[in-house]
Amino acid sequence: MSGGDFVISREDWSLHRKGEIDRERHREKVREAIKKNLADIVSEESIIMHDGRKVIKVPIRSLDEFHFRFDYGKQKHGGQGDGNSKKGDVVYADPQKGQGKGKGAGEEPGVDYYEADVTIEELAEMIFEDLGLPNLEQKKKPELASESVEFKDVRKKGIASNIDRKRTIMEVIKRNALRGEPGLHGITPEDLRYKIWDNTFKYESNAVVLAMMDTSGSMGPFEKYIARSFFFWMVRFLRTKYNNVQIVFLAHHTEAKETTEEEFFTKGTSGGTRCSSVYKLALDVIEKRYSPQDYNIYAFHFSDGDNLVSDNDNCIKLINDLLKVCNMVGYGEIEGAYYYTSTLRTAFKRIGNPKFTSVTIKDKSGVYPALKKFFSQTQGEAVN
Amino acid sequence: MNPKDELKILEDALQVINAKAKELGLDFYNMFFEICPADIIYTFGAYGMPTRYSHWTFGKAYHKMKTQYDYNLGRIYEMVINSNPCYAFLLEGNSIIQNKLVMAHVLAHCDFFKNNAYFKNTSRDMVESMAAASERFREYEFKHGRAKVELFIDAALSIQEHIEPRIMIRKGEELRKRRQNEHKRANHAEHPETPYDDLWELEEVRKDASADEKEKKFPKEPEKDLMLFIIEHSKELEDWQRDIMSVIRQEMFYFWPQMETKIMNEGWATYWHLRIMRDIHLDVNETIEFAKMHSGIIQTSRTRINPYTLGLKIFEDIEKRWDNPTSEEKERYGRSGGEGKEKIFEVRANENDVSFLRNYLTKELIEEMDLYLYKKVGNEWRVDEKDWEKVRDGLVAGLTNGGYPYITVQNGDYNKNGELCLKHHYEGTELDVYYVEKTLPYLYSLWGHTIHLETVLDNKSVLFSFNGEKSSKKFM
Repeated sequence: MSGGDFVISREDWSLHRKGEIDRERHREKVREAIKKNLADIVSEESIIMHDGRKVIKVPIRSLDEFHFRFDYGKQKHGGQGDGNSKKGDVVYADPQKGQGKGKGAGEEPGVDYYEADVTIEELAEMIFEDLGLPNLEQKKKPELASESVEFKDVRKKGIASNIDRKRTIMEVIKRNALRGEPGLHGITPEDLRYKIWDNTFKYESNAVVLAMMDTSGSMGPFEKYIARSFFFWMVRFLRTKYNNVQIVFLAHHTEAKETTEEEFFTKGTSGGTRCSSVYKLALDVIEKRYSPQDYNIYAFHFSDGDNLVSDNDNCIKLINDLLKVCNMVGYGEIEGAYYYTSTLRTAFKRIGNPKFTSVTIKDKSGVYPALKKFFSQTQGEAVN
Repeated sequence: MNPKDELKILEDALQVINAKAKELGLDFYNMFFEICPADIIYTFGAYGMPTRYSHWTFGKAYHKMKTQYDYNLGRIYEMVINSNPCYAFLLEGNSIIQNKLVMAHVLAHCDFFKNNAYFKNTSRDMVESMAAASERFREYEFKHGRAKVELFIDAALSIQEHIEPRIMIRKGEELRKRRQNEHKRANHAEHPETPYDDLWELEEVRKDASADEKEKKFPKEPEKDLMLFIIEHSKELEDWQRDIMSVIRQEMFYFWPQMETKIMNEGWATYWHLRIMRDIHLDVNETIEFAKMHSGIIQTSRTRINPYTLGLKIFEDIEKRWDNPTSEEKERYGRSGGEGKEKIFEVRANENDVSFLRNYLTKELIEEMDLYLYKKVGNEWRVDEKDWEKVRDGLVAGLTNGGYPYITVQNGDYNKNGELCLKHHYEGTELDVYYVEKTLPYLYSLWGHTIHLETVLDNKSVLFSFNGEKSSKKFM
């Protein structure tokens, strides 16, 4: 060919997998990085408050491609206006980020740190990888949920509506090839293959989470956020183990009442704290609606521990009652701005039942260890 | 449409476009066009090349681009390789008219690769050498383990921009200077040319005096090619590691001209797809689709400069000004008019983005296009500069050295302890400190001794160091 000639063609690229292979390697690295940072990610606001989105963005600094570069925020950049731009015009406003964001959160237009797209399910899987469910008891009457049909076998006889087309065609090709006339032609009755079904029964298991929280004046937005993160993952974790997981929100100050999720995490009241009130309500709810015979019950209570001292003995008694009907009872104490030395947690040290766990959470990154402690398998083994 | 029919239609169209391009004066290599499915085009886009080595960073780029495509947020219509013959890949699923535009666009890119001075020293067989390198990298993975090779590539990539792209020019210049000096010295005594000539002499003398001290210096002159310096002088590296670094360095030499002519190259290709498409027959529907696609290409943005638009505008402006010079231009520069086409071909042969903007981005253009500089003020990014000269200079500054900080090796035996001391030549923009602190450990793994980097923060000199365990920062 002399200069400037051309050829145009179309090839078979189906075996070219390079991009996909390196994409997979990148994905592996994303997973590694997420695992290393689970403690921070677990209480990441964008996840907990994810408003129903399936895919969330997780900032991963370790997958940045580090090199010497200019500080983007201190550089001047070029842009193009619509003809009337003036000095001082706002070109771009950074979205307002919540507090406590990590360094260098991507305020810059067009660049910066890498965000991986992860589904909540993937994330949950990683978080729960080494968590087990202690005190898993087979409930006496697993509810018979549904009878379903599953295709389990392929046979030569069957009903016409269940012909397995793919396998039938394979048989034709095989037979023709054996006869030395390869190709797809002449379907005979011997070629036909049918799918055969079986009836299966699906058993459903039920669990209920009793989310209890102190909503008295001393529980601020931070404390509620911690509790919210914890319950968020707790429910998701239980869903991996049970078909049905319900959650009941019980808020209390000196009195307890059942609330909606929205109220539970947003509304606050002033006044003192009497934790026994919510335990009483919990026992009540269990008795009326969630028979321990049918339900795996997980009760968890968050408070800052600022309980009326005179109420502590009563609390211990009620917790022991709860332990008789629940798979697990947990108590989480959040050390927020108000910190008292004489707390409910100290009192709970007297409870020796291994089904009872108490954790202290100081900051956001404490949620993950708390989950781990609550759902660690070793404890469950101790019971069995 | 039947793929065979489609191919036939494209072949006929290409015949016309090819002839038109040649008629208009474009000069390109033989062309191989291939129609590829999206995942292939995006793979090539992410790797920059069809045959490059494997690394997770390419997987990351691929993932990003492919996701955008899958969500219909962005689309690469083509991918063209600087090679001889020139390979161009068209996206399967482009409509016929899209492919026509793309083919015209691609021919102009190829003309640019073939004729622009900055591409003169690029290897036109890069497809083959990259394939060979990629094969060797795979062998290293088998021999030394994938993780080890990957980590090493991570480290090498962290400094890949620090090469000396003018190495060919520099070598030539040194030679010329030496000859000139000899010539001068021979003639000087008898024929002083200007009253200031003895100033040159002074410099020579001063250089001689410090020559002894300089002999001990390592490197003798500050070295911009950090990659080369490490390849040649690191005592840490094994042969396979030197090979990986050399490959990455060669690939950077290959890609560098594309980085430094982005505006020109895209502007040139856009200029020509407009001209060519204007000259070939399109029916009504095709015309509308063409207009839509073209306007998508030249869409402007408040937060970035669109290289297609800016390049196109400048080329059109040059053509206009050389075709119809003002009386002042006629008088001062002796432009006779009607030289527009000749001039743009000359510009495409001789300039890169920095000189292109510096020489041809005029006051009128900046004002007409409403270009500005913006910067961050609190939580907002605001227009900061409208004065045309400052805007032009700001844009040029952002393109200088490919937009990367200019860093040189000052001392390869710092503290007489084999430590490596680098200097960032500060020109008003600070480095990203977090990135500095993350990059130094990579360098440490390549050099094996403490690494220092001198730069400026808050108008004060500062020395970042990493000694293998921790990084430190001290103001000097």
